Amino acid sequence: MSEGLNFLEKLDGFAGIDRRWIQIKEAETSPNYGKHPEERTINELMKLGVINLDKPPGPTSHEVTSWIKKMLGVGKAGHAGTLEPA
Amino acid sequence: MLPVALENASKMLKYLTLSTKAYITVMQLHKKVDKGRLMEVIKEFTGRIYQKPPVRSSVKRALRTKTIYELEVLEINYPCVLLKITCEHGTYVRKLIHDIGEVLGVGAHMRELRRVRTGPFKEDKSLVTMHQLSEAVYIYKELNDESTLKKYIMPGEYMVSHLPKIVATDSAVASITYGADLAIPGVVALHEKIRKGDDVAIFTLKGEIVATGIAQKHTEEVLESKKGIAVKTKRVIMERKIYPRKTRI
Repeated sequence: MSEGLNFLEKLDGFAGIDRRWIQIKEAETSPNYGKHPEERTINELMKLGVINLDKPPGPTSHEVTSWIKKMLGVGKAGHAGTLEPA
Repeated sequence: MLPVALENASKMLKYLTLSTKAYITVMQLHKKVDKGRLMEVIKEFTGRIYQKPPVRSSVKRALRTKTIYELEVLEINYPCVLLKITCEHGTYVRKLIHDIGEVLGVGAHMRELRRVRTGPFKEDKSLVTMHQLSEAVYIYKELNDESTLKKYIMPGEYMVSHLPKIVATDSAVASITYGADLAIPGVVALHEKIRKGDDVAIFTLKGEIVATGIAQKHTEEVLESKKGIAVKTKRVIMERKIYPRKTRI
């Protein structure tokens, strides 16, 4: 619990969220499945990761995103300017 | 700055698109105006404003309201004014500056624009340049050293870091990945002040994102109830079969 919650508090801090956590019950998580997000391998990060890109001013967001997609060899990449079709 | 989501993390882009944005922009005034008058008009454009999307835009051109959280004058060097704007998603900054110019009566246009915040992502030490990234990819591919690249790719969970959060038990995770809602017995911990109808993010006890959803109860109601639905699942992020399904009784 604590390790996962530490990471969640880190997320809160990153976003500047100042909400208290309320624990309802004691619970443990099995080490046999799942993985702490900060222990992901590079291949796992490329499947569920995000890059805070310092975008160069010239090219469009779309162009930059497509370069990253090629550079990393990932199947899909998107930027925050696009709304996915519903 | 531009957060770029990889593969499955793309499913969370909507929450960044709908989040607060901040920009640094250069406004060029077409005639000199009194500083006091400028500050007065700037103040008028803080809070709720009406905005008609520009001719070349991707949305319907109907008058709509947007909230400007902060409008700060960083520097004045006539005819240019350096501004920092923190605003609701979907605000057209070019239009905002044009409108400020209209109200000032002298006209104005946007000369430069840089986004400095998208929801939780800001211009801080997590920023990565294209150059840094391509170097890290080279080190990874040619020298088999993944350490630099790993520093540059953040866990996708950061994309929903600004949402209220709920932690689910291991046994609730699998069914959520198949689209089930999160019931109260499956809740281990949650943020205070969650309101019914809020967008929330569901995590495992290890801190992995499972899904996003809509809170069906306030935090207090979840604490007081023994059963019922806490979160209606909206978008499943985690892949299936990572957590085992409950054993059948």
